[in-house]
Amino acid sequence: MLDQSVEFVTADGRTIGGVVMEMKHITLRFGGVEAIKDISFDIREGEIRAIIGPNGAGKSSMLNVMSGFYVPQEGEVWFHGKKRKPMRPYEVARQGIARTFQNIALFQGMSVLDNVMTGRLNHMSANLFQQAFWKGRAEAEEVENREKVEQIIDFLEIQAIRKTPVARLPYGLKKRVELARALAAEPKLLLLDEPMAGMNVEEKEDMSRFILDVNDEFGTTIALIEHDMGVVMDLSDRVVVMDYGKKIGDGTPDEVRSNQQVIDAYLGVAHD
Amino acid sequence: MAEVRANAGREMSLPTLLQRNAERYGDRPAYREKEYGIWQSWTWAETEKEVEALALGLLDLGLKPGDYVAVIGRNRPYLYWSMVAVQAVGGVPVPLYQDAVAEEMAYVLANCGARFVIAGDQEQVDKVLEVQEQLTALEQMIYLDPRGMRKYDHGQLHSFKALQAQGRKAALALADELNARRAALDYASTCVMLYTSGTTGKPKGVVLSNRNVIETARNSAQFDQLSSDDSILSYLPMAWVGDFIFSVAQAYWCGFCTNCPESPETMMTDLREIGPTYFFAPPRVFEGQLTSVMIRMEDAGSLKRRMFHHFLAHAKKVGGRILDGKPVGLLDRLKYVLGNVLVYEPLKDTLGYGRIRVGYTAGEAIGPEIFDFYRSLGINLKQLYGQTEATVFITQQPDGEVRADTVGVPSPNVELKIDETGEIFYRSPGVFVEYFKNPESTMKTKDKDGWVATGDAGFIEAASGHLRIIDRAKDVGKMANGAMFAPKFVENKLKFYPDILEVVLFGNGRDRCVAFINIDLTAVGNWAERNNIAYASYQELAGHPEVLKSIASHVGEVNRSVAEDEMLSGCQVHRFVVLHKELDADDGEMTRTRKVRRAFVEEKYQDILAALYASESRVFARTEVTYEDGRKGEVSATLEILDAEISASVKQLEAAE
Repeated sequence: MLDQSVEFVTADGRTIGGVVMEMKHITLRFGGVEAIKDISFDIREGEIRAIIGPNGAGKSSMLNVMSGFYVPQEGEVWFHGKKRKPMRPYEVARQGIARTFQNIALFQGMSVLDNVMTGRLNHMSANLFQQAFWKGRAEAEEVENREKVEQIIDFLEIQAIRKTPVARLPYGLKKRVELARALAAEPKLLLLDEPMAGMNVEEKEDMSRFILDVNDEFGTTIALIEHDMGVVMDLSDRVVVMDYGKKIGDGTPDEVRSNQQVIDAYLGVAHD
Repeated sequence: MAEVRANAGREMSLPTLLQRNAERYGDRPAYREKEYGIWQSWTWAETEKEVEALALGLLDLGLKPGDYVAVIGRNRPYLYWSMVAVQAVGGVPVPLYQDAVAEEMAYVLANCGARFVIAGDQEQVDKVLEVQEQLTALEQMIYLDPRGMRKYDHGQLHSFKALQAQGRKAALALADELNARRAALDYASTCVMLYTSGTTGKPKGVVLSNRNVIETARNSAQFDQLSSDDSILSYLPMAWVGDFIFSVAQAYWCGFCTNCPESPETMMTDLREIGPTYFFAPPRVFEGQLTSVMIRMEDAGSLKRRMFHHFLAHAKKVGGRILDGKPVGLLDRLKYVLGNVLVYEPLKDTLGYGRIRVGYTAGEAIGPEIFDFYRSLGINLKQLYGQTEATVFITQQPDGEVRADTVGVPSPNVELKIDETGEIFYRSPGVFVEYFKNPESTMKTKDKDGWVATGDAGFIEAASGHLRIIDRAKDVGKMANGAMFAPKFVENKLKFYPDILEVVLFGNGRDRCVAFINIDLTAVGNWAERNNIAYASYQELAGHPEVLKSIASHVGEVNRSVAEDEMLSGCQVHRFVVLHKELDADDGEMTRTRKVRRAFVEEKYQDILAALYASESRVFARTEVTYEDGRKGEVSATLEILDAEISASVKQLEAAE
């Protein structure tokens, strides 16, 4: 295992910093079903960390534990050196964690711009009265937030659909808008739930490039769930492999790829 | 008098014209670009400072007089400044097509021996890096958008902004040198080198001098009374001569504002927001807009739809005549005014043509109906005929003498002659200096008296003095029975149908003509959606029986119209096939300006062609395709071959009587 306090350099020359989030012996049960069994791993500053596994392995449950949506029966979540108490989703958001969803959760009737603006909610402090009458901080804030949002729109190359209602967009673009909204929150940790699910090869390549660019340009720490093995191996610095709620592998893509247990569980055992 | 002479000296190059404009139009906008959702703008005075800083930076980096500097990227003010900054320090800018693949770029970069490359973004930088080993002359690269390149080795890679800062820092030490280099520019110095896409062989570098560029800009600006009040949207490739003349030369001569879109996809929105007064577009842009208007009107409420069609019919009747200043009855005029308020003005505003004063189309023939549609709305759309070698202008249509079937009268100071084979020759101040490192081609194209062969066949209409183009001279041939074969003539007629994107006609030296046809995915896809026809791919749609039936009826109609032409009635399409893939520049089937490479297509699809001439009713084709990122793949399909309805020609009818 790596020394927790020391920085290390990845194969492509990026520096990975200290621990941002640490999962300690997490166990999550739904009634009698154990979705996650005693799993521990960490996420370090500036890395792209993937959690992979076959269907039903408990990946999404894990992400929901990380985002604070599920509270595990056993184990602790440490964020920035502090043990996290059970909290509501908006409190988690304020801590600097943003996420996207596997089955897109955007406001379908609103424009792309408005959807991305909602990501700035935690950066607005004008009260209801000020916003309604365009007084006090409201205007300056709106301008400031719009500028930030426009930079993200530019970054993700969605200028052409800025004013388009989300409902009219194809699936791949909706995914990109969701990423934009998550980025608008300027998160320290970005959680992506199957960002490439249901995409064609070209869309996957685009999305991979955006994820890498986000990590590179903004230095955002990213944790993602994915079951497309190829994408994950190209994209991430370190990979956790889950199967039936248990962790069966953890390490760099190369280490994971050569792990026999992972090969058997994830890629399947040859039936002679 | 003294001032006139002082100005004359300053009108010999673009960098000095920039200085003139900074004084004359200092606080008026020179460039606008939409970024972060807002139109950012720079005045002429600010532009001069930006260009100055960059020029000093290039000087500091060691750019020498006569160095070639490649400029690659989409239309952005920074890249336009780059070209002028390069000129200011005595270099020659060479704009490249940004969608060219790496090997194509390697050829041009090696051919001109570019020492510097100024690239728009990571994509362009990567392409150059990919072929770096073949480029012995390449030393420094400058990029605009830093995104994704943080980890690149910055030994020979510089950011645009950083280079400008470096230039500003070195201003004291280098200002004298910059002034001296700028002062050394005269009419004979090379202004720009532009590579022609070339329908055959490797691209050739066309060297244009300051005289070529500035005199052409002056003449053409006078022709259309362009002034500093005009504005233009720059969205066509920077490597294309037209963009250089419209967005750089004329803009600098007149002092008007150049507007750059936010991204290629937002071009239509940006066009509407800017509402340029001066506009250029190839026919396909006008066709595309008309198609989308018609599609949207199908979805409109019935009142709106009826109003639209009613007034459009009226515009068709009198609109063109009103625009040409011909007599029109009072009632018709009043009705046109009403139509203007209810339909034409709102429509023009939606399209982005609300303020247009002069619009041009060229490059390909435009469908007469499309052309008339825009003119009937009161948009002064005209045609011009030009070439890179002529610094664009050979002929153009004066206001009031606009027709769909001619390309106008010779531009100011252009002489025209037609030789015995029908090929068009011209001589003008815009005639290029030479093809770079290619005296042989230069000699073949330009004779010692300065006449340039266009390679196009045409004739001058006796009554109007307008030029009419028949076809590329080398494409005009003879059929087996000696009848004239002019493929463009037939292809254009077919391409005017919205569901047909591209046509290639064969028949030179044969007894009859056959054709390859590409469907227009937008139009046909929309039709399919409306009629609940499901399709999984381009290939499937292109082979759909209903689609084939409608294409066959178009071919029949075109044959009827071709039959009416005495000279070309032999060019009727006997058999045709709807291709399973779009002809594409990435596969070498077209040039970057979307002209079909006939010989290449004939060679590549020889099996299909053979089947067309045999009596087979279907053919199996397997074709290699190149994806945008350069990887290769394969598509295969069984194509139906259809027989077209043939009409009796005028001559045959006469004989029968």
